[in-house]
Amino acid sequence: MILDFYRSTVGKKIIMALTGAALLGFVVGHMAGNLKMFGGVGADGVHKMDHYAEFLRTMGSDLFGRETLLWVARAGLLVCVGLHILMAFQLSLINSKARPVGYKSQEYQSSTLASRGMMFGGIILLSFIVFHILHFTTGDLHFRGFEYGKVYSNVWNGFQSPSVVAFYILAMAALSFHTFHGAWSLFQTLGVDGPKLNPIIRGVALVLAILLFFGFVSVPIATSMQILSAPIG
Amino acid sequence: MNLTLLVWRQETPTSEGSFKEYKVNDVSPDSSFLEMLDLLNEELEVKGEAPIAFEHDCREGICGSCSMVVNGKPHGPNKLATTCQLHMRSFKDGDTIVIEPWRAKAFPVIKDLVVDRSAFDKIIQAGGFISVNTGAAVDANSILIDKESADSAFDAATCIGCGACVAACPNGSAMLFTAAKVSHLGLLAQGQPERYSRVINMVKEMDAQMFGGCTNHGECQEACPKGISIKFISRLNRDYLKGRLLQIVQGSGMKAQ
Repeated sequence: MILDFYRSTVGKKIIMALTGAALLGFVVGHMAGNLKMFGGVGADGVHKMDHYAEFLRTMGSDLFGRETLLWVARAGLLVCVGLHILMAFQLSLINSKARPVGYKSQEYQSSTLASRGMMFGGIILLSFIVFHILHFTTGDLHFRGFEYGKVYSNVWNGFQSPSVVAFYILAMAALSFHTFHGAWSLFQTLGVDGPKLNPIIRGVALVLAILLFFGFVSVPIATSMQILSAPIG
Repeated sequence: MNLTLLVWRQETPTSEGSFKEYKVNDVSPDSSFLEMLDLLNEELEVKGEAPIAFEHDCREGICGSCSMVVNGKPHGPNKLATTCQLHMRSFKDGDTIVIEPWRAKAFPVIKDLVVDRSAFDKIIQAGGFISVNTGAAVDANSILIDKESADSAFDAATCIGCGACVAACPNGSAMLFTAAKVSHLGLLAQGQPERYSRVINMVKEMDAQMFGGCTNHGECQEACPKGISIKFISRLNRDYLKGRLLQIVQGSGMKAQ
């Protein structure tokens, strides 16, 4: 029965919507956490951002040990991203097969650049995620003195390269478009919307898309414009 | 009015088609789009050419036969109208009009602008019915249905199965059609016993017929000549999820036929 659900297009979309909702929750939290970059330095002379990073590593450590919850969250995200991508490719394949011969002229009436560009934006986001992890989590593609645990310093140094900043802004624009359609679409797919609710849901999706964009790009832009001061220590 | 038409001509289901240009002159702005095609076909016959094959029946917007994409929109530029309800006054003198068949894997072209829509019938056969024991008709008003459900069911029931939703959908999805049929029955008391097996079986058949999946573009609702809302797609999704969860909870208690 679960297999039948998985094999149907509606089932695949429900998986798409649920994993999308989880990932949306994550990016909102991630964006809010990033704003700690603007938190300055604590009384102990350590950047607030580094405190926050340490909190993520130690949360739940009394019960489960250091970094356990962090790895559980990472595993959960990986499963969500993996399923989301798998469903996207399977559904796109089904959709492209459903219209082997296209129209000479087709006029769109309600679909948006965001809704038609979900796959394109998703591919940008996937390449961004891979780069972003190698850039700031493992440091393999950092090249500017990456030091484990010194998050503020790593971020600040990482954003001294204009091309890196430009790529982050492009990726966040893609995220913004992806959110604009996805955050609305998931309610429709899960069947929890309606004609009265839709304007509200679409409004919230728009606000989320804008907030995510500006929240995320504020850090690389503030760094490259020297609004954020050089790291101490 | 003098017009230039670019029409898709295809001899047989397997032959390769192409666009052919035709000039039609002295078209009355008051004639319907199909009458304009009739005029052209008469001329073609006089010339000994094969007339353009297109489907039509009632010519009053209720049969859903007149499937053709006119200038990039199913049934042409007017909202809430089929091609037969489209009049030449919606165009300007000297216009070039592109006329194509519905494009979908599930709707193969039979000839010119005529496509085979039996895939829709297959979806209906998979669950678009209610099982009623034969016998004397039930007394009127013995099953009470609240106004809101009755109205909503009727909104869904206005679907004429024309396929404009599939034609307009960038994914060639039949979700609006299937959702309308599922909701039309699922909203009424008589449709309750088979409510969840219906949605599961109809979606299964819809997939089997090689229609695409819905990505919530909303193009179908814009193209629908009956103005059927995508709220029914949302309802289908909800019923589908509930039905699958019920299957898991009840085990084999509710079999999908």
